Amino acid sequence: MAGKKKPKVAVWKFASCDGCQLSLLDCEDELLAVAEAIEIANFPEASRAVVKGPYDLSLVEGSITTPHDEERIHQVRRSSKFLVTIGACATAGGIQALRNFKDVQDFVSIVYATPDYIDTLAKSSAISDHVRVDFELRGCPINKYQLVEVVSAYLKDRKPVTPAHSVCVECKRRGTVCVMVSQGTLCMGPVVHAGCGAICPAYDRGCYGCFGPKETPNTESLSEWFKDHGMGNEELVRAYRSFNAYATPFRKESERHD
Amino acid sequence: MTSEPRIIERKALDQLLEALTQEGYQVVGPTLGDGAIVYGPVQASEDFPVGWTDEQEGGVYRLKKREDKALFGYVVGPHSWKKYLHPPERRLWTGQASGTDFELTPEPVETARFAFFGVRSCELHAIEIQDRVFIHNDHVDEDYKARRENAFVVVVQCGQAGKTCFCVSMNTGPKAESGYDLALTEILDEGRHFFHAVAGSPKGAAILQQVETRSATSSDSAEAEEAVQKARGQMGRTLNTKGVKELLQENPEHPRWDSVAERCLSCANCTMVCPTCFCSTVEDTTDLTGDHTERWQKWDSCFTMDFSYLHGGSVRASTKSRYRQWLTHKLSSWIDQFDSSGCVGCGRCVTWCPVGIDLTEEVRSIREENTVRLPSKREASNGNA
Ligand code: SF4
Ligand code: SF4
Ligand code: SF4
Ligand code: SF4
Repeated sequence: MAGKKKPKVAVWKFASCDGCQLSLLDCEDELLAVAEAIEIANFPEASRAVVKGPYDLSLVEGSITTPHDEERIHQVRRSSKFLVTIGACATAGGIQALRNFKDVQDFVSIVYATPDYIDTLAKSSAISDHVRVDFELRGCPINKYQLVEVVSAYLKDRKPVTPAHSVCVECKRRGTVCVMVSQGTLCMGPVVHAGCGAICPAYDRGCYGCFGPKETPNTESLSEWFKDHGMGNEELVRAYRSFNAYATPFRKESERHD
Repeated sequence: MTSEPRIIERKALDQLLEALTQEGYQVVGPTLGDGAIVYGPVQASEDFPVGWTDEQEGGVYRLKKREDKALFGYVVGPHSWKKYLHPPERRLWTGQASGTDFELTPEPVETARFAFFGVRSCELHAIEIQDRVFIHNDHVDEDYKARRENAFVVVVQCGQAGKTCFCVSMNTGPKAESGYDLALTEILDEGRHFFHAVAGSPKGAAILQQVETRSATSSDSAEAEEAVQKARGQMGRTLNTKGVKELLQENPEHPRWDSVAERCLSCANCTMVCPTCFCSTVEDTTDLTGDHTERWQKWDSCFTMDFSYLHGGSVRASTKSRYRQWLTHKLSSWIDQFDSSGCVGCGRCVTWCPVGIDLTEEVRSIREENTVRLPSKREASNGNA
């Protein structure tokens, strides 16, 4: 790499909890290599310094919830060669997309003393609803190894390895006994995108669906199982409406039971 | 070869474990873990699931207490020996760049010596099926071959069958006739608890000599035979294999494929738990500098989209085509490819499918609707209505 200019990477924050940015800071072992390999041009969680664009890679965290952000995401896109969204907010609208099922003005009038100051959009939406996205990294929060993988891949012009199959494959590879079959525990794993390493089933819990829908999710069949195991409509709706509530397959499935 | 049968008393069984350890084997076998009987390291006979059994059905597995202190009073669980012979994740090589050059370092061939303790007949047949894939084939998997050749196999003959077992249909059990180093049958009655032991190889005979035994009487051997007969009569499932190869090959558009696709989650659990499924993918990664690369082999499944990804997309995009591929390979094209069925009737795919999809049921439907030509029957009943 000697003599070559370091690629410029920027991290952008929209409506989010900062958890995904923190995953990058959490890459302690990798941070040195990160710092050597790239120039961090903008990273609000780490520093206030901003280096001017254009950027080789922009990592975008958070969803679009205000008219101002709606403008800002276009500026980010214009100044970035690659734009990668990180996390459930940027990819599916996040937990804040729960508002999409209701009238946001009702909340505003209840929560805020001076509702007039609030300038918000009716819906929390994914980045890809506004601009072209090169790659979407799943998770709430994202997995730091996958983040390093995606950054490495984009800097080397190759495809990131982040399989879209079920969480079940990760369960089986690590030898976890299926909680659905052995305990009758409700688990979203069969319709959820891999990436976390199947953490929850390894701790005797069903998967909550942090990584959103997998490729070809058969939510209808899974819901049948949930119903056979005593889940009512209200609980079914809640199962699909969490961090990825507005991801199309989960949104549609929850609406079927609403 | 099989030797004259010997009897190992329950209290002497630990001597067998010790003898194997002394010979340098890492003994692995059934143990209790996370609500199921799984395979893991075994140091002493108390590490086996003493006094436990399992109850299985399509999509359901429950541990239950037994009334006795049997060590092997259950059938197969979610793990299989393939996790040792064909590990779920394995690094194949690492690459390091230096200047304009780069160096490849292949992963050393695994030299672990496992003693598999408690292999059931169906599982032994599954291992032999994987041998055909990985060893007796044009491309030999050296790592598998080394693990396999190093392994010592202690069979436990089944004294009971589970509700998803159908080895009798597949002609793979419940009694293992050959291919083992030692075969044990557990016998528990009227306060007696012992193992009827037969050596199946010189290795097995040599180990048996290091253990306190007595010769088996004809009534001991009759009891051992009875135990297996009992299992034979308890098969929870059956599969009619007659002409199944042609049946599946001739019915690619059978309506049953649509119906199974409505239920199938394409989650891949069935392939992961199947002791004969052998497919894997390779994943290449680089670190941030790009100087260090690794290639990993990981279990894959015909139920994922990537599995059939060719330039431009996945060949088997629908769940229907993926389930059809799986079942047809298992029971039909496997025969063309490897000269045997790809199914040993262990029932794992039935039990561990979260929604309980049952291949024996799927085949039955295809067969019935195939022979009675259901569409015309439906037309007839519509006509009557
Ligand atoms: S525990 Fe959940 S994620 Fe794991 S195999 Fe079972 S259904 Fe799939
Ligand atoms: S197909 Fe099912 S029953 Fe047959 S060997 Fe595989 S897991 Fe066992
Ligand atoms: S399928 Fe046969 S050999 Fe396998 S566990 Fe069941 S009874 Fe035993
Ligand atoms: S048959 Fe069952 S275990 Fe196999 S992919 Fe379909 S739902 Fe999953």
